[in-house]
Amino acid sequence: MTVGGESTMIEFRDAGRGHALAQALRRAVDESGRERITVMHVCGSHEQAIARYGLRDLFPERLEVIMGPGCPVCITDTDEVDEAVALARQGVRVLTYGDMLRVPGSVMSLADAKREGADVGVVYSVAEAAAQAVASDAPVVFFATGFETTAVATAAVLLGEPPAGFQVLSAHKYIPPVMEIVAEMPGSRVEGFLAAGHAATITGWGIFDDFVAEHGRPVAVAGFEPLDILAALCRLVEMIARAEPRTINVYPRCVTREGNRCAQQTLWRVFRATGGLWRGIAHVPNGNLRLRGTYARYDAREHFDTSAASSPSTAAARALAGRCRCGDIMSGIATPADCALFERECTPEAPVGACMVSSEGTCRIWQQYGVRSGNGDAAVLGVCPRIP
Amino acid sequence: MCLGVPGRVVSVDDNLATVDFWGVHREVRLDIVDEPVAAGDYVLNHVGFAIRRIPDAEVTATMALYDELLAAAAEADLLAQDVRSELRANRRARAPTKAKRGTLE
Ligand code: SF4
Repeated sequence: MTVGGESTMIEFRDAGRGHALAQALRRAVDESGRERITVMHVCGSHEQAIARYGLRDLFPERLEVIMGPGCPVCITDTDEVDEAVALARQGVRVLTYGDMLRVPGSVMSLADAKREGADVGVVYSVAEAAAQAVASDAPVVFFATGFETTAVATAAVLLGEPPAGFQVLSAHKYIPPVMEIVAEMPGSRVEGFLAAGHAATITGWGIFDDFVAEHGRPVAVAGFEPLDILAALCRLVEMIARAEPRTINVYPRCVTREGNRCAQQTLWRVFRATGGLWRGIAHVPNGNLRLRGTYARYDAREHFDTSAASSPSTAAARALAGRCRCGDIMSGIATPADCALFERECTPEAPVGACMVSSEGTCRIWQQYGVRSGNGDAAVLGVCPRIP
Repeated sequence: MCLGVPGRVVSVDDNLATVDFWGVHREVRLDIVDEPVAAGDYVLNHVGFAIRRIPDAEVTATMALYDELLAAAAEADLLAQDVRSELRANRRARAPTKAKRGTLE
Protein backbone atom coordinates (compact mmCIF):
# COMPACT_ATOMS: atom_id res chain seq x y z
CA MET A 1 0.00 0.00 0.00
CA THR A 2 3.04 2.20 0.00
CA VAL A 3 2.92 4.66 -2.84
CA GLY A 4 5.88 6.96 -2.81
CA GLY A 5 6.27 10.41 -4.15
CA GLU A 6 3.26 12.16 -2.70
CA SER A 7 4.11 14.95 -0.37
CA THR A 8 1.22 14.84 2.00
CA MET A 9 -0.56 12.04 3.73
CA ILE A 10 -3.92 13.35 2.68
CA GLU A 11 -3.07 13.03 -1.00
CA PHE A 12 -1.43 9.73 -0.34
CA ARG A 13 -4.23 8.16 1.63
CA ASP A 14 -7.39 9.70 0.42
CA ALA A 15 -7.35 13.23 -0.89
CA GLY A 16 -11.11 13.30 -1.27
CA ARG A 17 -11.82 12.38 2.32
CA GLY A 18 -9.18 14.75 3.60
CA HIS A 19 -10.61 17.71 1.77
CA ALA A 20 -14.15 16.72 2.69
CA LEU A 21 -13.13 16.63 6.33
CA ALA A 22 -11.34 19.97 6.09
CA GLN A 23 -14.52 21.43 4.58
CA ALA A 24 -16.69 19.87 7.24
CA LEU A 25 -14.43 21.40 9.86
CA ARG A 26 -14.71 24.81 8.21
CA ARG A 27 -18.50 24.45 8.09
CA ALA A 28 -18.67 23.43 11.73
CA VAL A 29 -16.67 26.48 12.76
CA ASP A 30 -18.75 28.79 10.51
CA GLU A 31 -22.03 27.40 11.81
CA SER A 32 -20.93 27.89 15.38
CA GLY A 33 -21.11 31.63 14.75
CA ARG A 34 -18.17 32.00 17.08
CA GLU A 35 -15.39 34.54 16.73
CA ARG A 36 -12.81 32.07 17.90
CA ILE A 37 -12.69 28.50 19.12
CA THR A 38 -9.61 27.26 20.93
CA VAL A 39 -8.84 23.61 21.49
CA MET A 40 -5.79 21.94 22.95
CA HIS A 41 -4.07 18.67 22.23
CA VAL A 42 -1.77 17.11 24.78
CA CYS A 43 0.51 14.95 22.67
CA GLY A 44 3.85 15.60 20.99
CA SER A 45 3.02 13.17 18.22
CA HIS A 46 -0.13 15.14 17.41
CA GLU A 47 1.92 18.31 17.05
CA GLN A 48 4.42 16.47 14.87
CA ALA A 49 1.61 15.23 12.63
CA ILE A 50 -0.05 18.66 12.47
CA ALA A 51 3.25 20.32 11.50
CA ARG A 52 4.45 17.55 9.21
CA TYR A 53 1.31 17.51 7.09
CA GLY A 54 0.82 21.26 7.21
CA LEU A 55 -2.61 20.80 8.79
CA ARG A 56 -2.67 24.29 10.28
CA ASP A 57 -3.01 25.56 6.72
CA LEU A 58 -6.24 23.57 6.45
CA PHE A 59 -7.69 24.66 9.78
CA PRO A 60 -10.26 27.45 9.57
CA GLU A 61 -8.84 30.79 10.69
CA ARG A 62 -11.15 31.02 13.65
CA LEU A 63 -10.06 27.62 15.00
CA GLU A 64 -7.00 27.72 17.17
CA VAL A 65 -5.31 24.39 17.91
CA ILE A 66 -2.63 24.64 20.55
CA MET A 67 -0.25 22.11 22.00
CA GLY A 68 -0.51 21.73 25.74
CA PRO A 69 1.78 19.90 28.14
CA GLY A 70 2.05 16.85 25.87
CA CYS A 71 5.81 16.60 25.64
CA PRO A 72 7.04 14.33 28.43
CA VAL A 73 10.57 15.67 28.19
CA CYS A 74 9.45 19.30 28.36
CA ILE A 75 7.42 18.93 31.54
CA THR A 76 10.06 16.97 33.45
CA ASP A 77 10.76 19.42 36.22
CA THR A 78 14.10 21.16 36.73
CA ASP A 79 14.25 19.60 40.21
CA GLU A 80 13.95 16.14 38.71
CA VAL A 81 16.76 16.79 36.23
CA ASP A 82 18.79 18.17 39.14
CA GLU A 83 18.25 14.93 41.07
CA ALA A 84 19.52 12.86 38.13
CA VAL A 85 22.49 15.19 37.69
CA ALA A 86 23.26 14.98 41.43
CA LEU A 87 23.32 11.18 41.21
CA ALA A 88 25.52 11.19 38.13
CA ARG A 89 27.98 13.61 39.77
CA GLN A 90 28.18 11.31 42.81
CA GLY A 91 29.59 8.67 40.50
CA VAL A 92 26.42 6.61 40.10
CA ARG A 93 25.71 5.23 36.63
CA VAL A 94 22.61 6.97 35.30
CA LEU A 95 20.68 5.71 32.28
CA THR A 96 17.81 7.50 30.60
CA TYR A 97 15.94 8.03 27.33
CA GLY A 98 17.95 9.92 24.71
CA ASP A 99 15.82 13.06 24.68
CA MET A 100 16.52 13.68 28.36
CA LEU A 101 20.27 14.11 28.03
CA ARG A 102 20.29 17.73 26.99
CA VAL A 103 17.38 18.97 29.07
CA PRO A 104 18.75 21.71 31.29
CA GLY A 105 18.52 21.41 35.06
CA SER A 106 19.07 24.41 37.28
CA VAL A 107 22.82 23.76 37.26
CA MET A 108 23.48 21.60 34.22
CA SER A 109 22.07 18.89 31.99
CA LEU A 110 22.98 15.21 32.14
CA ALA A 111 24.99 15.78 28.97
CA ASP A 112 27.01 18.46 30.80
CA ALA A 113 27.61 16.05 33.68
CA LYS A 114 28.74 13.41 31.18
CA ARG A 115 31.19 15.86 29.66
CA GLU A 116 32.56 16.39 33.17
CA GLY A 117 33.20 12.66 33.36
CA ALA A 118 29.99 11.36 34.94
CA ASP A 119 28.77 7.93 33.87
CA VAL A 120 25.61 8.73 31.90
CA GLY A 121 24.16 6.46 29.24
CA VAL A 122 21.19 6.35 26.88
CA VAL A 123 18.75 3.47 26.53
CA TYR A 124 15.74 3.02 24.28
CA SER A 125 13.86 0.86 26.75
CA VAL A 126 13.65 0.43 30.50
CA ALA A 127 14.15 -3.29 29.90
CA GLU A 128 17.51 -2.47 28.37
CA ALA A 129 18.44 -0.47 31.49
CA ALA A 130 17.48 -3.40 33.74
CA ALA A 131 19.57 -5.73 31.59
CA GLN A 132 22.58 -3.45 32.14
CA ALA A 133 22.00 -3.65 35.89
CA VAL A 134 22.11 -7.44 35.71
CA ALA A 135 25.48 -7.28 34.02
CA SER A 136 26.88 -4.77 36.51
CA ASP A 137 28.11 -5.07 40.10
CA ALA A 138 27.58 -1.38 40.77
CA PRO A 139 24.11 0.12 41.07
CA VAL A 140 22.46 1.44 37.92
CA VAL A 141 19.88 4.22 38.19
CA PHE A 142 17.27 4.55 35.47
CA PHE A 143 16.00 8.12 35.23
CA ALA A 144 12.44 7.21 34.27
CA THR A 145 10.54 9.89 32.38
CA GLY A 146 7.41 9.93 30.29
CA PHE A 147 3.67 9.63 30.64
CA GLU A 148 1.51 6.64 31.53
CA THR A 149 2.40 4.72 28.36
CA THR A 150 6.07 4.75 29.36
CA ALA A 151 5.44 4.38 33.10
CA VAL A 152 3.65 1.10 32.41
CA ALA A 153 6.85 -0.27 30.90
CA THR A 154 8.84 0.79 33.99
CA ALA A 155 6.21 -0.86 36.19
CA ALA A 156 6.32 -4.09 34.20
CA VAL A 157 10.09 -4.31 34.59
CA LEU A 158 9.87 -3.77 38.36
CA LEU A 159 7.12 -6.38 38.69
CA GLY A 160 9.61 -8.74 37.08
CA GLU A 161 11.84 -8.27 40.15
CA PRO A 162 15.12 -7.14 38.63
CA PRO A 163 18.24 -7.29 40.86
CA ALA A 164 18.36 -4.76 43.69
CA GLY A 165 21.19 -2.90 41.96
CA PHE A 166 18.59 -1.63 39.51
CA GLN A 167 17.22 1.64 40.86
CA VAL A 168 14.53 3.89 39.45
CA LEU A 169 14.47 7.67 39.75
CA SER A 170 10.86 8.22 38.74
CA ALA A 171 9.90 11.43 37.01
CA HIS A 172 6.91 9.77 35.36
CA LYS A 173 3.85 11.96 34.87
CA TYR A 174 0.15 11.22 34.55
CA ILE A 175 -1.75 13.25 31.96
CA PRO A 176 -5.41 13.37 33.07
CA PRO A 177 -4.80 15.61 36.12
CA VAL A 178 -2.89 18.23 34.13
CA MET A 179 -5.85 18.63 31.77
CA GLU A 180 -7.83 19.82 34.78
CA ILE A 181 -5.14 22.33 35.66
CA VAL A 182 -5.01 23.72 32.13
CA ALA A 183 -8.80 23.83 31.84
CA GLU A 184 -9.09 25.84 35.05
CA MET A 185 -6.14 28.18 34.50
CA PRO A 186 -7.23 31.79 34.81
CA GLY A 187 -7.50 33.23 31.32
CA SER A 188 -7.53 29.80 29.70
CA ARG A 189 -9.30 29.90 26.33
CA VAL A 190 -9.26 26.13 25.97
CA GLU A 191 -12.77 24.87 25.25
CA GLY A 192 -12.04 21.29 24.33
CA PHE A 193 -9.30 18.70 24.27
CA LEU A 194 -7.89 16.24 21.78
CA ALA A 195 -6.68 13.30 23.82
CA ALA A 196 -3.67 11.27 22.72
CA GLY A 197 -4.59 7.99 21.07
CA HIS A 198 -1.89 5.72 22.41
CA ALA A 199 -2.04 6.95 26.01
CA ALA A 200 -5.79 6.30 25.81
CA THR A 201 -4.99 2.80 24.56
CA ILE A 202 -3.78 2.20 28.09
CA THR A 203 -6.24 4.29 30.14
CA GLY A 204 -9.33 3.80 27.95
CA TRP A 205 -11.51 6.69 26.86
CA GLY A 206 -13.96 6.24 29.74
CA ILE A 207 -11.42 7.88 32.02
CA PHE A 208 -12.26 11.28 30.52
CA ASP A 209 -15.98 11.16 31.39
CA ASP A 210 -15.47 12.53 34.89
CA PHE A 211 -13.28 15.32 33.53
CA VAL A 212 -15.95 16.28 30.99
CA ALA A 213 -18.68 16.26 33.63
CA GLU A 214 -16.66 18.34 36.05
CA HIS A 215 -15.11 20.89 33.71
CA GLY A 216 -17.70 21.06 30.93
CA ARG A 217 -15.06 20.65 28.21
CA PRO A 218 -15.52 17.96 25.56
CA VAL A 219 -12.76 15.46 24.81
CA ALA A 220 -12.13 13.69 21.51
CA VAL A 221 -9.64 10.82 21.44
CA ALA A 222 -7.63 11.04 18.22
CA GLY A 223 -5.14 8.99 16.23
CA PHE A 224 -2.10 10.28 14.41
CA GLU A 225 -3.07 10.45 10.76
CA PRO A 226 -4.18 13.73 9.24
CA LEU A 227 -7.63 12.28 8.71
CA ASP A 228 -7.83 11.15 12.35
CA ILE A 229 -6.95 14.61 13.57
CA LEU A 230 -9.30 16.44 11.21
CA ALA A 231 -12.17 14.11 12.09
CA ALA A 232 -11.58 14.53 15.82
CA LEU A 233 -11.46 18.32 15.48
CA CYS A 234 -14.78 18.27 13.62
CA ARG A 235 -16.45 16.38 16.42
CA LEU A 236 -14.88 18.60 19.03
CA VAL A 237 -16.03 21.82 17.34
CA GLU A 238 -19.55 20.43 16.97
CA MET A 239 -19.73 19.61 20.66
CA ILE A 240 -18.38 23.03 21.62
CA ALA A 241 -20.82 24.83 19.32
CA ARG A 242 -23.80 22.93 20.72
CA ALA A 243 -22.53 23.19 24.28
CA GLU A 244 -22.91 19.43 24.56
CA PRO A 245 -19.65 18.27 26.09
CA ARG A 246 -19.01 14.53 25.94
CA THR A 247 -16.13 12.15 25.43
CA ILE A 248 -15.95 10.93 21.85
CA ASN A 249 -13.64 8.19 20.66
CA VAL A 250 -12.54 9.03 17.12
CA TYR A 251 -9.81 6.37 17.25
CA PRO A 252 -11.84 3.18 17.79
CA ARG A 253 -9.34 1.11 15.82
CA CYS A 254 -7.00 1.48 18.80
CA VAL A 255 -8.88 2.74 21.85
CA THR A 256 -11.66 1.11 23.84
CA ARG A 257 -13.78 2.46 26.66
CA GLU A 258 -12.03 0.49 29.38
CA GLY A 259 -8.56 0.49 27.84
CA ASN A 260 -5.87 -2.02 28.65
CA ARG A 261 -6.83 -3.37 32.08
CA CYS A 262 -3.71 -5.47 32.45
CA ALA A 263 -1.51 -2.42 31.84
CA GLN A 264 -3.56 -0.30 34.27
CA GLN A 265 -3.19 -2.91 37.00
CA THR A 266 0.54 -3.12 36.36
CA LEU A 267 0.85 0.66 36.51
CA TRP A 268 -1.07 1.15 39.75
CA ARG A 269 0.46 -1.82 41.47
CA VAL A 270 3.90 -0.22 41.22
CA PHE A 271 3.12 3.50 41.15
CA ARG A 272 1.01 5.91 43.15
CA ALA A 273 -0.09 9.33 41.96
CA THR A 274 1.14 12.26 43.98
CA GLY A 275 1.27 16.01 43.51
CA GLY A 276 4.35 17.61 42.02
CA LEU A 277 5.73 20.28 39.75
CA TRP A 278 5.51 20.12 35.99
CA ARG A 279 8.14 22.33 34.42
CA GLY A 280 6.67 25.62 33.38
CA ILE A 281 3.10 24.60 34.18
CA ALA A 282 2.26 24.37 37.85
CA HIS A 283 2.08 22.07 40.79
CA VAL A 284 -0.23 19.35 39.49
CA PRO A 285 -2.16 17.41 42.12
CA ASN A 286 -1.82 13.69 41.34
CA GLY A 287 0.27 14.54 38.28
CA ASN A 288 3.45 12.72 39.35
CA LEU A 289 3.92 8.97 39.49
CA ARG A 290 6.15 7.75 42.30
CA LEU A 291 7.04 4.22 43.41
CA ARG A 292 4.83 2.70 46.08
CA GLY A 293 6.38 1.76 49.40
CA THR A 294 6.28 -1.90 48.43
CA TYR A 295 8.80 -1.10 45.71
CA ALA A 296 10.98 1.13 47.89
CA ARG A 297 13.92 -1.22 47.35
CA TYR A 298 14.03 -0.01 43.73
CA ASP A 299 13.50 3.65 44.59
CA ALA A 300 16.69 5.65 43.98
CA ARG A 301 15.35 8.39 46.27
CA GLU A 302 15.45 5.91 49.16
CA HIS A 303 19.04 4.85 48.59
CA PHE A 304 20.88 7.92 47.40
CA ASP A 305 21.13 11.55 48.27
CA THR A 306 19.39 13.12 45.31
CA SER A 307 19.40 16.66 46.61
CA ALA A 308 20.81 18.96 44.02
CA ALA A 309 24.40 20.14 43.90
CA SER A 310 24.60 23.81 44.63
CA SER A 311 27.13 25.18 42.17
CA PRO A 312 25.33 28.03 40.44
CA SER A 313 24.86 28.09 36.70
CA THR A 314 26.41 30.97 34.84
CA ALA A 315 24.59 34.25 35.01
CA ALA A 316 24.32 34.40 31.22
CA ALA A 317 22.66 30.98 31.03
CA ARG A 318 20.24 31.98 33.78
CA ALA A 319 19.32 35.20 32.03
CA LEU A 320 18.50 33.32 28.82
CA ALA A 321 16.55 30.63 30.68
CA GLY A 322 14.53 33.37 32.38
CA ARG A 323 13.29 34.50 28.97
CA CYS A 324 12.23 30.99 27.88
CA ARG A 325 8.47 30.83 27.30
CA CYS A 326 8.02 27.04 27.32
CA GLY A 327 5.59 27.29 30.21
CA ASP A 328 3.39 29.83 28.42
CA ILE A 329 3.53 27.75 25.26
CA MET A 330 2.48 24.57 27.05
CA SER A 331 -0.33 26.44 28.79
CA GLY A 332 -1.58 27.71 25.45
CA ILE A 333 -0.84 31.36 26.20
CA ALA A 334 1.98 31.78 23.68
CA THR A 335 3.43 30.08 20.60
CA PRO A 336 7.12 29.62 19.79
CA ALA A 337 6.79 32.62 17.47
CA ASP A 338 6.12 34.74 20.56
CA CYS A 339 9.50 33.83 22.04
CA ALA A 340 12.23 36.28 21.10
CA LEU A 341 14.85 33.55 21.47
CA PHE A 342 13.18 31.13 19.03
CA GLU A 343 15.70 30.14 16.34
CA ARG A 344 18.02 32.90 17.48
CA GLU A 345 19.64 32.23 20.84
CA CYS A 346 17.61 29.02 21.11
CA THR A 347 18.19 26.30 18.50
CA PRO A 348 18.21 22.47 18.56
CA GLU A 349 22.03 22.63 18.69
CA ALA A 350 22.03 25.03 21.64
CA PRO A 351 18.62 24.72 23.31
CA VAL A 352 17.70 27.21 26.01
CA GLY A 353 14.47 25.47 27.04
CA ALA A 354 13.29 21.87 27.08
CA CYS A 355 10.71 22.58 24.36
CA MET A 356 13.60 22.97 21.89
CA VAL A 357 15.33 19.76 23.03
CA SER A 358 12.77 17.05 22.53
CA SER A 359 11.44 15.78 19.22
CA GLU A 360 8.06 16.22 20.89
CA GLY A 361 8.62 19.78 22.04
CA THR A 362 6.60 22.47 20.28
CA CYS A 363 9.61 24.70 19.61
CA ARG A 364 11.65 21.84 18.17
CA ILE A 365 8.74 20.73 15.98
CA TRP A 366 8.07 24.23 14.69
CA GLN A 367 11.77 24.73 14.01
CA GLN A 368 12.03 21.41 12.16
CA TYR A 369 9.02 21.93 9.92
CA GLY A 370 9.49 25.63 9.39
CA VAL A 371 6.28 26.63 11.16
CA ARG A 372 6.50 30.34 11.89
CA SER A 373 3.18 31.20 13.43
CA GLY A 374 -0.07 29.68 14.60
CA ASN A 375 -2.91 29.29 12.16
CA GLY A 376 -4.63 32.40 11.00
CA ASP A 377 -1.51 33.71 9.35
CA ALA A 378 0.03 30.31 8.76
CA ALA A 379 -0.67 30.42 5.05
CA VAL A 380 2.58 32.28 4.53
CA LEU A 381 4.98 29.64 5.73
CA GLY A 382 8.55 30.81 5.77
CA VAL A 383 7.64 34.37 6.71
CA CYS A 384 7.74 35.22 10.38
CA PRO A 385 5.54 38.25 10.97
CA ARG A 386 5.64 37.98 14.73
CA ILE A 387 9.34 37.56 15.30
CA PRO A 388 11.00 40.91 15.77
CA MET B 1 7.18 8.87 23.40
CA CYS B 2 3.53 9.21 22.44
CA LEU B 3 3.58 7.02 19.38
CA GLY B 4 3.49 3.24 19.47
CA VAL B 5 4.67 1.14 16.54
CA PRO B 6 2.92 -1.89 15.04
CA GLY B 7 4.61 -5.16 14.05
CA ARG B 8 3.71 -8.76 13.19
CA VAL B 9 4.33 -11.47 15.77
CA VAL B 10 6.61 -14.20 14.44
CA SER B 11 6.79 -16.39 17.52
CA VAL B 12 5.95 -16.29 21.20
CA ASP B 13 8.10 -17.63 24.02
CA ASP B 14 6.37 -17.12 27.35
CA ASN B 15 6.14 -13.35 27.85
CA LEU B 16 8.57 -12.52 25.07
CA ALA B 17 7.56 -12.30 21.43
CA THR B 18 9.73 -12.08 18.35
CA VAL B 19 8.10 -9.42 16.21
CA ASP B 20 8.72 -8.51 12.60
CA PHE B 21 9.01 -4.78 11.98
CA TRP B 22 9.33 -4.14 8.29
CA GLY B 23 11.58 -7.15 7.83
CA VAL B 24 13.63 -6.70 11.01
CA HIS B 25 13.04 -9.12 13.86
CA ARG B 26 13.00 -7.68 17.37
CA GLU B 27 12.00 -8.89 20.80
CA VAL B 28 8.94 -7.43 22.48
CA ARG B 29 7.74 -8.03 26.02
CA LEU B 30 4.16 -9.23 26.40
CA ASP B 31 3.71 -8.46 30.13
CA ILE B 32 1.15 -5.73 29.62
CA VAL B 33 -0.54 -6.55 26.31
CA ASP B 34 -4.33 -6.47 26.56
CA GLU B 35 -5.07 -9.87 25.02
CA PRO B 36 -3.29 -13.18 24.45
CA VAL B 37 -1.00 -12.96 21.45
CA ALA B 38 -0.08 -15.65 18.94
CA ALA B 39 2.15 -15.88 15.88
CA GLY B 40 0.59 -13.96 12.99
CA ASP B 41 -1.06 -11.35 15.22
CA TYR B 42 -0.18 -7.69 14.98
CA VAL B 43 0.74 -5.80 18.14
CA LEU B 44 1.30 -2.16 18.95
CA ASN B 45 4.62 -1.65 20.73
CA HIS B 46 5.84 1.07 23.02
CA VAL B 47 9.40 1.25 24.39
CA GLY B 48 9.87 -2.48 24.01
CA PHE B 49 6.47 -3.56 25.30
CA ALA B 50 3.35 -4.61 23.40
CA ILE B 51 0.48 -2.46 24.67
CA ARG B 52 -2.26 -3.80 22.40
CA ARG B 53 -3.10 -6.66 20.09
CA ILE B 54 -4.42 -5.00 16.96
CA PRO B 55 -7.75 -6.56 15.90
CA ASP B 56 -7.45 -8.26 12.49
CA ALA B 57 -9.96 -5.92 10.86
CA GLU B 58 -7.84 -2.91 11.80
CA VAL B 59 -4.40 -4.09 10.78
CA THR B 60 -4.46 -2.57 7.29
CA ALA B 61 -5.55 0.87 8.41
CA THR B 62 -3.05 0.85 11.26
CA MET B 63 -0.10 -0.18 9.09
CA ALA B 64 -0.83 2.39 6.38
CA LEU B 65 0.39 5.41 8.33
CA TYR B 66 3.64 3.74 9.28
CA ASP B 67 4.27 2.37 5.81
CA GLU B 68 4.11 5.87 4.47
CA LEU B 69 6.17 7.33 7.28
CA LEU B 70 9.05 4.92 6.91
CA ALA B 71 8.96 4.74 3.11
CA ALA B 72 8.71 8.42 2.32
CA ALA B 73 10.10 10.27 5.28
CA ALA B 74 13.42 12.01 5.27
CA GLU B 75 15.94 11.25 8.01
CA ALA B 76 15.17 14.58 9.63
CA ASP B 77 11.45 13.91 9.91
CA LEU B 78 10.58 13.96 13.61
CA LEU B 79 7.59 11.64 13.42
CA ALA B 80 9.63 9.07 11.46
CA GLN B 81 12.54 9.56 13.86
CA ASP B 82 10.31 8.72 16.81
CA VAL B 83 9.07 5.62 15.01
CA ARG B 84 12.67 4.57 14.37
CA SER B 85 13.67 5.02 17.99
CA GLU B 86 10.65 2.98 19.05
CA LEU B 87 11.99 0.25 16.77
CA ARG B 88 15.39 0.49 18.41
CA ALA B 89 13.69 0.14 21.79
CA ASN B 90 12.85 -3.41 20.83
CA ARG B 91 16.41 -4.27 19.98
CA ARG B 92 17.36 -5.37 23.46
CA ALA B 93 14.06 -5.82 25.21
CA ARG B 94 15.18 -8.96 27.05
CA ALA B 95 15.47 -8.22 30.74
CA PRO B 96 15.28 -10.27 33.90
CA THR B 97 11.73 -11.10 34.66
CA LYS B 98 9.69 -13.44 36.76
CA ALA B 99 6.41 -11.88 35.79
CA LYS B 100 4.34 -14.01 33.50
CA ARG B 101 1.25 -13.11 31.61
CA GLY B 102 -1.72 -13.74 33.82
CA THR B 103 0.01 -13.08 37.13
CA LEU B 104 -2.38 -10.17 37.62
CA GLU B 105 -5.61 -11.19 39.18
S1 SF4 C 1 12.28 28.91 21.64
FE1 SF4 C 1 13.66 28.14 23.26
S2 SF4 C 1 13.70 29.76 24.79
FE2 SF4 C 1 11.91 30.16 23.48
S3 SF4 C 1 10.22 29.10 24.49
FE3 SF4 C 1 11.06 27.66 23.04
S4 SF4 C 1 12.55 26.45 24.22
FE4 SF4 C 1 12.11 28.31 25.43
